[in-house]
Amino acid sequence: MTAHTAHPPTSTGLDTWKLGFWTFLGSETLFFGSFIATYMIYAGRSVAGPLPHEVLDIPLTSISTFVLLMSSLAMVIGLAGVQRGSRGVALGGIGATAALGMIFLGFQAYEFTHFYHVGLTLSTNLFGSSFFILTGFHGAHVTIGVIWLLLLWLQMFAGRIAPKDALKVEIAGLYWHFVDIVWIAIFTLIYLLQTEG
Amino acid sequence: MADTMEHRNVEPGHGDEHGEHDHPGYMSYVIIALILTVITALEVAIFYIPALAGVIVPLLLALSAGKFVLVVMFYMHLKMDSQIFTGVFVAPMALAIFLIVALIMLFKVIPSIG
Repeated sequence: MTAHTAHPPTSTGLDTWKLGFWTFLGSETLFFGSFIATYMIYAGRSVAGPLPHEVLDIPLTSISTFVLLMSSLAMVIGLAGVQRGSRGVALGGIGATAALGMIFLGFQAYEFTHFYHVGLTLSTNLFGSSFFILTGFHGAHVTIGVIWLLLLWLQMFAGRIAPKDALKVEIAGLYWHFVDIVWIAIFTLIYLLQTEG
Repeated sequence: MADTMEHRNVEPGHGDEHGEHDHPGYMSYVIIALILTVITALEVAIFYIPALAGVIVPLLLALSAGKFVLVVMFYMHLKMDSQIFTGVFVAPMALAIFLIVALIMLFKVIPSIG
């Protein structure tokens, strides 16, 4: 039984998987909130460079932010495709989401490599430590999301995901959109509101 | 390969009465994506306008919060879903925001005053 066909036999009338996943996402806000707080309180306290304004590339990161936003659009269209029984839309949407996620990871790999070449590593200064921990954990979440979406796509391609299984895709979508909203916060707090390191 | 899945018994927007309500259509999702894109472009533009340096923090925080709310309400369907989902997500998020503000106050604002 899914949340869409009839309400599940629970005291809340809600699907327990979905409720559990929303609770998990709530705990994830505390996880990322801790790293964001750490970055913010260490900002401006690095005694050696490179500093944020010397290395952060706003045009490049703006493009990768746009890519991640569009992946959320593809995800929600893919989910609607699954719910409506439109196989083409579902495969296209979920496939595009995974592809855009991989492009985002490509941008992040380029950025990390560039930072390494200009002398910014995890142990260079407080900026490097807090930046790589925060964005690295976000990148790890994106990677897990891409793998999850690719597995779902394969299941859909094999005809193993029907509209009655839409909750599986919906939960993957919740995870993916969460990764997107975490990046919305990171893009503003770390990239646009730069401090002196 | 058939373009339809084997079952058509579920339509978005035809959820039950217990927390599942109408989901927006494809066009609504595209319009929200356009709004998100425009807000992101505005954010980047504000970053490059020196005249706005004095108000950049509240402006960017407000725009970022707007994007956050749009994604959560429409793409994650919290606007249409049960308020219990909203509660289990927003309560820890409020705690996370409190944590961030409290630590900034403790480590940056109060030391700079005193």
